[in-house]
Amino acid sequence: MDKQKLNEQNYEKASKTYQPKPPYVLNVIKAFIIGGLICVLGELITEMYVHWFDYSEKDAGNPTVATLILLSALATGFGVYDKLGQFAGAGSAVPVTGFANSITSAALEHKSEGLVLGVATNLFKLAGSVIVFGVVAAYVLGILRYLWSLIF
Amino acid sequence: MNFLWAFVVGGGICVIGQLLLDLAKLTPAHVMSSFVVAGAVLDAFDLYDNLIEFAGAGATVPITSFGHSLLHGAMEQADEHGIIGIAIGIFELTSAGIASAILFGFIVAVIFKPKG
Repeated sequence: MDKQKLNEQNYEKASKTYQPKPPYVLNVIKAFIIGGLICVLGELITEMYVHWFDYSEKDAGNPTVATLILLSALATGFGVYDKLGQFAGAGSAVPVTGFANSITSAALEHKSEGLVLGVATNLFKLAGSVIVFGVVAAYVLGILRYLWSLIF
Repeated sequence: MNFLWAFVVGGGICVIGQLLLDLAKLTPAHVMSSFVVAGAVLDAFDLYDNLIEFAGAGATVPITSFGHSLLHGAMEQADEHGIIGIAIGIFELTSAGIASAILFGFIVAVIFKPKG
């Protein structure tokens, strides 16, 4: 039993030296450029809503996010966003488009299991963690801030 | 100028995410969850609004702004209704994002065929 455990540890250590090292600098540059460009696209959409639809700079945030989500869902449907994701890594995962991509791709992947058990059940398979952690963190911080404002 | 700062700040947030992926060996789901929590924490200290003022879409497009909006909506209602307002307002500002993500995600999944 002990020997087997030792072997497992050795295996992990040995396999680590053979794992390819990610090209750190190149990955960072790719993430910076693609992530930056997605935000520039977002800024472009924001300006569009401000100038053509009379939104205030602050209120334009909601329609901008919704538009980006629509674009990202379509790009996922056409299989473009996943190719971009392989190239850009966090550059395409961190913007809100990555959130929409995780929802759409999880639903697409399980489409063969039907509309209810496949698409609808798996819609939040990957994005669920983001919402759960966001809500829990915001709730706890909200209570703390509220209590803080009562005391001071 | 707006576009330059959106590019630099938005790209910079993605660089932090990429470093967490490569150096800390986190999965994308872990990175996204951490970023949402980070956005809420930054908003708790009123820092995230300054970033939005400065970078525009560079701060509203990354997923950190989701955490910021959750707490922001909660605090707006808390001012009015007290501690129950937190539950009333938590999805107030994010509902457009979540609703459109569900709607468009569902429609695309129904229409398109899975690739690969």
